Amino acid sequence: MSGIKYTKDHEWVMMDGDVAVIGITDYAKEALGDLVYLELPDEGKEIEKGRDFAVVESVKAASEIYAPVSGEITEVNAQLVDMLDDLGSDPEKGWIVKMNLSNKSELEMLMDEEAYQTYIKDL
Amino acid sequence: MQKTALHQSHIDAGAKMGEFAGYDMPLYYEAGVMDEHLWTRAHAGVFDVSHMGQIMLEGAEAMALLHTITPSTFVGTPVGMAKYTVLTNKDGGIIDDLIVTKISETKFFAVINAGCKDKDIEWIESQCPETVTMTVLKDRSLIALQGPSAEKVLHETLYLDILGLKYMRMVQIDELYISRLGYTGEDGFEVSLPSEHAPTFWERLNEHEEVKPIGLAARDSLRLEMGYCLYGHDIDEKTSPIEADLSWLVGKDADVFLGSKRILAEKEAGSDRKRVGIKILDKGVAREGAVILNENDDPIGQLTSGGFSPTLQTSIGQGYVESNYSSPGSQVKVEVRGRKLAAEIVKMPFITPNVKTAKKA
Repeated sequence: MSGIKYTKDHEWVMMDGDVAVIGITDYAKEALGDLVYLELPDEGKEIEKGRDFAVVESVKAASEIYAPVSGEITEVNAQLVDMLDDLGSDPEKGWIVKMNLSNKSELEMLMDEEAYQTYIKDL
Repeated sequence: MQKTALHQSHIDAGAKMGEFAGYDMPLYYEAGVMDEHLWTRAHAGVFDVSHMGQIMLEGAEAMALLHTITPSTFVGTPVGMAKYTVLTNKDGGIIDDLIVTKISETKFFAVINAGCKDKDIEWIESQCPETVTMTVLKDRSLIALQGPSAEKVLHETLYLDILGLKYMRMVQIDELYISRLGYTGEDGFEVSLPSEHAPTFWERLNEHEEVKPIGLAARDSLRLEMGYCLYGHDIDEKTSPIEADLSWLVGKDADVFLGSKRILAEKEAGSDRKRVGIKILDKGVAREGAVILNENDDPIGQLTSGGFSPTLQTSIGQGYVESNYSSPGSQVKVEVRGRKLAAEIVKMPFITPNVKTAKKA
């Protein structure tokens, strides 16, 4: 989707009106390997861009998921914990949290689809 | 970084490589850790463990040397029998864990950890009487074949006559040292062979439909389910074999060996802390370093290994706790990023071993 923005850490943000929907990309999911557990934050939590807000566990390691933007978490996709396969680039199923942004200009610092695709090609 | 003789084979097989003990080793292949783990338990997995050290001790006093540097006894041990043991320091701590095989009454073969190779060799050298020669078998590779189909595979692919070989026994066939043992809890073999033959041997095994190559990541989850120690994590120079729940390897008649004062005293009176198996009852994964708490949330120990068990589909670990909490069934908690997960001390292994002599539950 053209409106989706990406970080170098493979998180994505999609704006749905004023609400930011956040997840991790299929690329990140592939790199993590066999997923076994997802630790979600509480609703209402304030998170800061670049800080970890969730943890995904694979057989081998725990990996932090970093906030692509700052704001307050308004909704958590609790179903994901039992449907780890859904995690990924599909915003319908794979979103992790929804949030209200505290600083919309942070979105401008993120990569668009084309820039992200170029970025992962070189990894 | 060092490479094993099979380095190119791993790359050709699409392995994700990573550093381990100074070697560039396969962490996992295309199938991934979970599949590799379960495949080994259901069929047969082949592992390159050539980074491990292989040494030969030979001489009239070779056995006496082993009785000094390990708590094990090799008197009366049949020729061809392998024993799991530890090298102890004078304070009773563990320098390394290893497998020693009696080749003859005056000759012993040992496999030591990759990360401890240099230190072990220097240590053994320093303890060696003049009559004992230590040879480091640098030109040998080590390939492990593990899983319920291992015997069939080894027989069908290489026509090796190993059908009668018992658990923890070695047979020499030409230049191969074939030992029926492993680090997974499955039936299987570790084969020491000249490195020049290793790639062909590896390929032949991999051609069999029941064989897949397995990386170090699944090797770790497989050994964890068996409750085997990983040196540098579950045991180290400060832990004694008694604390590590390895008192069974102290020979019945062992009296004076390095660290015997502490080890025999602890064997008699017990140690203050003990290595235990821990099963996480809540959702979540607890890993090395996680703090273990009692019912009052007071710290009573730490995990030294931990991860997700593909067989049990739950998080398991091992760690040290104060001895009064070490009985199986004790309810504890393990702290993971501020969450206190309910956990239970359990007997290890976590799974039912499938080795040749093990009784099925």
